[in-house]
Amino acid sequence: MRYAILLLDAPYTSQAAHSALRFTRALLAGGHVVDGVFFYHDGVHNAARLAAPPQDEPHLVDAWAELGREHAVPLQVCIAAALRRGLLDEKEAARHGKQGFSVEPPFELTGLGQLVDLGLRCDRLITFGP
Amino acid sequence: MQDETPPADLLVILRHAPHGSSWLKEGLDVALVAAAFDRRVTLLFMGEGITALLEGQQAGPLGQKGTAATLAMLEMYDIDSLLVEERGMDELGLTSEQLMLPVRRVADAEIPGLLADHALVLNF
Repeated sequence: MRYAILLLDAPYTSQAAHSALRFTRALLAGGHVVDGVFFYHDGVHNAARLAAPPQDEPHLVDAWAELGREHAVPLQVCIAAALRRGLLDEKEAARHGKQGFSVEPPFELTGLGQLVDLGLRCDRLITFGP
Repeated sequence: MQDETPPADLLVILRHAPHGSSWLKEGLDVALVAAAFDRRVTLLFMGEGITALLEGQQAGPLGQKGTAATLAMLEMYDIDSLLVEERGMDELGLTSEQLMLPVRRVADAEIPGLLADHALVLNF
């Protein structure tokens, strides 16, 4: 079956990000197709490249990035939700005159149209939120 | 679900009031974008989300834009299927006359059918 994931809460705030990650891994392990993971609302914080959790805790940002790379799962971040929360990739940072950037590949900033496309294209869109 | 309601692509469920969080705004944003891409969208206001439809809202002191202006634009986006949860209306003591847009009240028993009839359901 073809799945998509929508994550609406920040890492380390609630169970949502952990559950979404574990569910996505289980889908891939079960031989399903994951068409994409979309990060919206506070979920955009999962793309924060500067996240530095204690070493004895799961690194959710790195875990998403690894999953995205290893399984070629697109990690799409709503650009409007991201920008207002301080999550900018290199291009957006330059455009807004910011010194640093906080989002890097495999995460990609994209529009909400992608969420709708993703949801309508796959068999199941599973939402994880607070 | 009533026979005259056409099936739509996307059901956006709005359960949060306008000013306490960005849930309502970000939920409506998905609806507008989907409509702009010619998807047929139904909005279902449930619980406190119904208060988004109350007349006479202002932006407020926090500098938020509020959502009333967005709701007023829905018609321009051809989003005319606006549903409110009947139970939520009753619990909040609201009548349809207090709302800024024409809505259809839906009973609890109709909601499973709504969920089943839309290809994509997003819950905010």
